[in-house]
Amino acid sequence: MKNITTMERKSERELVVTRNVNGPARIVFEAWANPELFRQWWIPKSFGLSLLSFEADIRTGGQYRLVIAHGDAEPMAFFGRYLEVTPHARLVWTNEEGEGAGPVTTVTFEENGDTTLLVLHELYPSTEALDAAMSSGEKCGMDETFEQLDQLLAGLGANVGQG
Amino acid sequence: MRVLKLNLMVQYSRAELDASFAALADATRRGVLEQLGRCDASITTLAEKFHMTLTGMKKHVGVLEQAGLVTTEKVGRVRTCKLGPRRLEEETAWLERYRQLWDARFDELDKIVEELKRKEKIDGRRKRE
Repeated sequence: MKNITTMERKSERELVVTRNVNGPARIVFEAWANPELFRQWWIPKSFGLSLLSFEADIRTGGQYRLVIAHGDAEPMAFFGRYLEVTPHARLVWTNEEGEGAGPVTTVTFEENGDTTLLVLHELYPSTEALDAAMSSGEKCGMDETFEQLDQLLAGLGANVGQG
Repeated sequence: MRVLKLNLMVQYSRAELDASFAALADATRRGVLEQLGRCDASITTLAEKFHMTLTGMKKHVGVLEQAGLVTTEKVGRVRTCKLGPRRLEEETAWLERYRQLWDARFDELDKIVEELKRKEKIDGRRKRE
Protein backbone atom coordinates (compact mmCIF):
# COMPACT_ATOMS: atom_id res chain seq x y z
CA MET A 1 0.00 0.00 0.00
CA LYS A 2 1.20 3.42 -0.95
CA ASN A 3 1.77 5.89 1.86
CA ILE A 4 -0.12 9.17 1.79
CA THR A 5 1.54 12.54 1.31
CA THR A 6 -0.15 15.45 3.08
CA MET A 7 0.35 19.13 2.32
CA GLU A 8 -0.92 21.99 4.43
CA ARG A 9 -0.44 25.72 4.74
CA LYS A 10 0.10 25.61 8.47
CA SER A 11 0.40 29.33 9.02
CA GLU A 12 0.66 32.58 7.10
CA ARG A 13 4.29 31.83 6.30
CA GLU A 14 4.67 28.08 6.64
CA LEU A 15 3.95 24.99 4.52
CA VAL A 16 4.11 21.48 6.01
CA VAL A 17 4.47 18.23 4.06
CA THR A 18 4.29 14.81 5.74
CA ARG A 19 4.87 11.27 4.49
CA ASN A 20 5.64 7.88 6.06
CA VAL A 21 8.46 5.91 4.46
CA ASN A 22 8.79 2.14 5.04
CA GLY A 23 12.28 1.95 6.49
CA PRO A 24 14.33 2.86 9.56
CA ALA A 25 15.40 6.51 10.01
CA ARG A 26 19.01 5.49 9.50
CA ILE A 27 18.31 4.29 5.95
CA VAL A 28 15.83 7.03 5.04
CA PHE A 29 18.31 9.66 6.21
CA GLU A 30 21.04 8.06 4.12
CA ALA A 31 18.87 8.58 1.00
CA TRP A 32 18.80 12.33 1.78
CA ALA A 33 22.34 12.82 3.01
CA ASN A 34 24.23 10.83 0.38
CA PRO A 35 24.35 12.96 -2.82
CA GLU A 36 24.67 9.85 -5.03
CA LEU A 37 21.37 8.53 -3.64
CA PHE A 38 19.66 11.91 -3.37
CA ARG A 39 20.09 12.65 -7.06
CA GLN A 40 18.28 9.40 -7.91
CA TRP A 41 14.97 10.45 -6.38
CA TRP A 42 14.73 14.21 -5.78
CA ILE A 43 13.61 15.09 -9.32
CA PRO A 44 10.57 12.99 -10.26
CA LYS A 45 10.69 12.07 -13.95
CA SER A 46 6.89 11.80 -14.01
CA PHE A 47 6.83 15.60 -13.79
CA GLY A 48 8.81 15.99 -16.99
CA LEU A 49 11.79 17.28 -15.04
CA SER A 50 15.38 16.19 -15.38
CA LEU A 51 18.37 16.78 -13.16
CA LEU A 52 21.33 18.24 -15.04
CA SER A 53 23.68 18.43 -12.06
CA PHE A 54 23.78 18.20 -8.29
CA GLU A 55 26.69 19.08 -6.08
CA ALA A 56 26.40 19.07 -2.31
CA ASP A 57 28.61 19.21 0.73
CA ILE A 58 26.07 17.78 3.18
CA ARG A 59 27.28 18.96 6.59
CA THR A 60 26.42 21.97 8.75
CA GLY A 61 27.60 25.06 6.87
CA GLY A 62 28.08 23.13 3.61
CA GLN A 63 26.58 24.28 0.30
CA TYR A 64 24.49 22.67 -2.44
CA ARG A 65 23.58 23.47 -6.01
CA LEU A 66 21.01 21.73 -8.22
CA VAL A 67 20.38 22.44 -11.91
CA ILE A 68 17.04 21.26 -13.27
CA ALA A 69 15.68 21.23 -16.81
CA HIS A 70 12.01 21.32 -17.74
CA GLY A 71 11.23 20.74 -21.42
CA ASP A 72 12.74 23.38 -23.67
CA ALA A 73 12.77 26.06 -20.98
CA GLU A 74 16.03 27.56 -19.73
CA PRO A 75 17.48 25.26 -17.00
CA MET A 76 17.01 26.56 -13.46
CA ALA A 77 19.55 26.53 -10.66
CA PHE A 78 18.58 25.99 -7.01
CA PHE A 79 21.13 26.59 -4.31
CA GLY A 80 21.70 27.33 -0.64
CA ARG A 81 23.45 26.03 2.43
CA TYR A 82 22.87 23.50 5.20
CA LEU A 83 22.17 25.17 8.54
CA GLU A 84 21.96 21.87 10.39
CA VAL A 85 22.79 18.26 9.58
CA THR A 86 21.98 15.91 12.48
CA PRO A 87 22.39 12.28 11.37
CA HIS A 88 19.17 10.21 11.31
CA ALA A 89 17.15 13.08 12.81
CA ARG A 90 17.18 16.52 11.18
CA LEU A 91 18.22 18.45 8.08
CA VAL A 92 17.86 22.22 7.71
CA TRP A 93 18.79 24.18 4.58
CA THR A 94 18.28 27.57 3.00
CA ASN A 95 16.84 28.22 -0.48
CA GLU A 96 18.66 31.20 -1.91
CA GLU A 97 17.87 31.13 -5.65
CA GLY A 98 15.07 33.70 -5.49
CA GLU A 99 15.21 37.44 -5.05
CA GLY A 100 15.59 38.55 -1.42
CA ALA A 101 15.41 36.19 1.54
CA GLY A 102 14.16 32.71 0.61
CA PRO A 103 12.40 30.05 2.67
CA VAL A 104 14.21 27.76 5.12
CA THR A 105 13.45 24.04 4.78
CA THR A 106 13.53 21.74 7.83
CA VAL A 107 13.11 17.97 7.52
CA THR A 108 12.73 15.77 10.59
CA PHE A 109 12.99 11.96 10.61
CA GLU A 110 10.86 10.27 13.30
CA GLU A 111 11.23 6.53 13.53
CA ASN A 112 8.14 4.50 14.55
CA GLY A 113 8.80 0.78 14.41
CA ASP A 114 9.61 -0.14 10.81
CA THR A 115 8.61 3.21 9.34
CA THR A 116 9.95 6.73 9.44
CA LEU A 117 7.67 9.76 9.48
CA LEU A 118 9.10 12.59 7.40
CA VAL A 119 7.89 16.07 8.34
CA LEU A 120 9.06 18.84 6.07
CA HIS A 121 8.54 22.51 6.94
CA GLU A 122 9.10 25.38 4.54
CA LEU A 123 9.24 28.59 6.53
CA TYR A 124 9.01 31.76 4.44
CA PRO A 125 10.42 35.09 5.68
CA SER A 126 6.98 36.76 5.40
CA THR A 127 3.34 36.18 4.47
CA GLU A 128 3.93 38.16 1.27
CA ALA A 129 6.84 35.89 0.32
CA LEU A 130 4.71 32.75 0.64
CA ASP A 131 1.76 34.38 -1.16
CA ALA A 132 4.10 35.36 -3.98
CA ALA A 133 5.55 31.83 -4.20
CA MET A 134 2.05 30.38 -4.37
CA SER A 135 0.96 32.67 -7.19
CA SER A 136 4.20 32.39 -9.16
CA GLY A 137 3.87 31.03 -12.64
CA GLU A 138 0.39 32.52 -12.85
CA LYS A 139 1.34 36.16 -12.88
CA CYS A 140 1.84 36.29 -16.63
CA GLY A 141 0.44 34.26 -19.47
CA MET A 142 -2.56 32.97 -17.57
CA ASP A 143 -3.53 30.79 -20.48
CA GLU A 144 -6.00 28.64 -18.65
CA THR A 145 -7.87 31.55 -17.12
CA PHE A 146 -7.89 33.28 -20.46
CA GLU A 147 -9.39 30.20 -22.06
CA GLN A 148 -12.16 30.24 -19.50
CA LEU A 149 -12.81 33.87 -20.32
CA ASP A 150 -12.88 33.03 -24.03
CA GLN A 151 -15.51 30.41 -23.33
CA LEU A 152 -17.54 32.82 -21.26
CA LEU A 153 -17.39 35.44 -24.00
CA ALA A 154 -18.32 32.87 -26.65
CA GLY A 155 -21.29 31.79 -24.56
CA LEU A 156 -22.43 35.37 -24.01
CA GLY A 157 -21.98 36.06 -27.72
CA ALA A 158 -24.28 33.18 -28.53
CA ASN A 159 -26.88 34.64 -26.22
CA VAL A 160 -26.63 38.02 -27.92
CA GLY A 161 -27.16 36.33 -31.27
CA GLN A 162 -30.39 34.86 -30.06
CA GLY A 163 -31.64 37.97 -28.34
CA MET B 1 -22.03 25.92 -28.21
CA ARG B 2 -25.22 24.47 -26.80
CA VAL B 3 -23.34 22.43 -24.18
CA LEU B 4 -21.28 25.44 -23.29
CA LYS B 5 -24.41 27.49 -22.83
CA LEU B 6 -25.87 24.83 -20.58
CA ASN B 7 -22.76 24.99 -18.45
CA LEU B 8 -23.12 28.70 -18.27
CA MET B 9 -26.72 28.38 -17.16
CA VAL B 10 -25.64 26.15 -14.31
CA GLN B 11 -22.58 28.16 -13.40
CA TYR B 12 -23.99 31.61 -13.60
CA SER B 13 -27.25 32.84 -12.21
CA ARG B 14 -29.36 35.26 -14.23
CA ALA B 15 -28.16 38.15 -12.10
CA GLU B 16 -24.54 37.20 -12.62
CA LEU B 17 -25.06 36.93 -16.35
CA ASP B 18 -26.61 40.38 -16.40
CA ALA B 19 -23.67 41.70 -14.42
CA SER B 20 -21.22 40.06 -16.85
CA PHE B 21 -23.09 41.53 -19.80
CA ALA B 22 -23.04 45.00 -18.33
CA ALA B 23 -19.37 44.63 -17.51
CA LEU B 24 -18.47 43.57 -21.05
CA ALA B 25 -20.56 46.24 -22.75
CA ASP B 26 -17.80 48.78 -22.19
CA ALA B 27 -14.73 48.96 -24.46
CA THR B 28 -12.38 50.07 -21.66
CA ARG B 29 -13.44 47.19 -19.45
CA ARG B 30 -12.89 44.74 -22.30
CA GLY B 31 -9.45 46.29 -22.72
CA VAL B 32 -8.75 45.86 -19.02
CA LEU B 33 -9.66 42.16 -19.25
CA GLU B 34 -7.35 41.73 -22.22
CA GLN B 35 -4.56 43.49 -20.33
CA LEU B 36 -5.06 41.34 -17.21
CA GLY B 37 -5.00 38.25 -19.41
CA ARG B 38 -1.39 39.11 -20.18
CA CYS B 39 -0.33 40.13 -16.69
CA ASP B 40 -1.70 41.02 -13.28
CA ALA B 41 -1.69 44.78 -12.78
CA SER B 42 -2.32 47.40 -10.11
CA ILE B 43 -5.19 49.87 -10.46
CA THR B 44 -2.61 52.65 -10.85
CA THR B 45 -0.93 50.86 -13.77
CA LEU B 46 -4.28 50.23 -15.43
CA ALA B 47 -5.31 53.88 -14.98
CA GLU B 48 -2.08 55.00 -16.66
CA LYS B 49 -2.41 52.51 -19.51
CA PHE B 50 -5.94 53.59 -20.29
CA HIS B 51 -5.28 57.31 -19.72
CA MET B 52 -7.80 57.53 -16.96
CA THR B 53 -8.09 58.89 -13.44
CA LEU B 54 -7.59 56.51 -10.52
CA THR B 55 -11.21 56.99 -9.47
CA GLY B 56 -12.44 56.21 -12.98
CA MET B 57 -10.41 53.00 -13.17
CA LYS B 58 -11.54 51.97 -9.69
CA LYS B 59 -15.14 52.16 -10.90
CA HIS B 60 -14.42 50.00 -13.95
CA VAL B 61 -12.54 47.42 -11.89
CA GLY B 62 -15.38 47.45 -9.37
CA VAL B 63 -17.89 46.56 -12.12
CA LEU B 64 -15.64 43.73 -13.39
CA GLU B 65 -15.18 42.46 -9.83
CA GLN B 66 -18.91 42.49 -9.19
CA ALA B 67 -19.41 40.41 -12.34
CA GLY B 68 -16.89 37.88 -11.04
CA LEU B 69 -14.57 38.44 -13.99
CA VAL B 70 -11.75 39.99 -11.96
CA THR B 71 -10.51 39.61 -8.42
CA THR B 72 -8.48 42.19 -6.56
CA GLU B 73 -6.20 41.89 -3.62
CA LYS B 74 -4.60 44.58 -1.52
CA VAL B 75 -0.97 44.06 -0.54
CA GLY B 76 0.42 47.02 1.38
CA ARG B 77 -0.75 50.14 -0.45
CA VAL B 78 -1.16 48.48 -3.83
CA ARG B 79 -4.38 46.87 -5.03
CA THR B 80 -3.54 44.21 -7.62
CA CYS B 81 -6.13 43.05 -10.14
CA LYS B 82 -6.16 39.66 -11.76
CA LEU B 83 -8.39 37.65 -14.03
CA GLY B 84 -10.40 34.72 -12.94
CA PRO B 85 -10.78 32.49 -9.95
CA ARG B 86 -10.96 33.60 -6.38
CA ARG B 87 -7.72 33.59 -4.44
CA LEU B 88 -8.74 30.77 -2.14
CA GLU B 89 -9.43 28.38 -5.03
CA GLU B 90 -6.15 29.37 -6.62
CA GLU B 91 -4.32 28.63 -3.38
CA THR B 92 -5.99 25.24 -3.00
CA ALA B 93 -5.07 24.32 -6.59
CA TRP B 94 -1.47 25.40 -6.04
CA LEU B 95 -1.20 23.36 -2.83
CA GLU B 96 -2.56 20.29 -4.62
CA ARG B 97 -0.06 20.64 -7.47
CA TYR B 98 2.77 21.06 -4.97
CA ARG B 99 1.53 18.05 -2.99
CA GLN B 100 1.59 15.96 -6.16
CA LEU B 101 5.20 16.96 -6.78
CA TRP B 102 6.17 15.85 -3.27
CA ASP B 103 4.16 12.66 -3.63
CA ALA B 104 5.98 11.77 -6.87
CA ARG B 105 9.27 12.62 -5.18
CA PHE B 106 8.51 10.39 -2.19
CA ASP B 107 7.48 7.53 -4.50
CA GLU B 108 11.00 7.67 -5.94
CA LEU B 109 12.44 7.86 -2.41
CA ASP B 110 10.50 4.70 -1.49
CA LYS B 111 12.27 2.85 -4.30
CA ILE B 112 15.72 3.93 -3.09
CA VAL B 113 14.89 2.99 0.51
CA GLU B 114 13.65 -0.45 -0.61
CA GLU B 115 16.88 -0.95 -2.53
CA LEU B 116 19.01 0.08 0.47
CA LYS B 117 17.04 -2.27 2.74
CA ARG B 118 17.58 -5.15 0.33
CA LYS B 119 21.31 -4.46 0.10
CA GLU B 120 21.60 -4.31 3.88
CA LYS B 121 19.84 -7.67 4.20
CA ILE B 122 22.21 -9.27 1.69
CA ASP B 123 25.26 -7.72 3.38
CA GLY B 124 24.00 -8.85 6.79
CA ARG B 125 23.58 -12.40 5.53
CA ARG B 126 27.07 -12.34 4.08
CA LYS B 127 28.53 -11.20 7.40
CA ARG B 128 26.82 -14.01 9.28
CA GLU B 129 28.02 -16.65 6.83
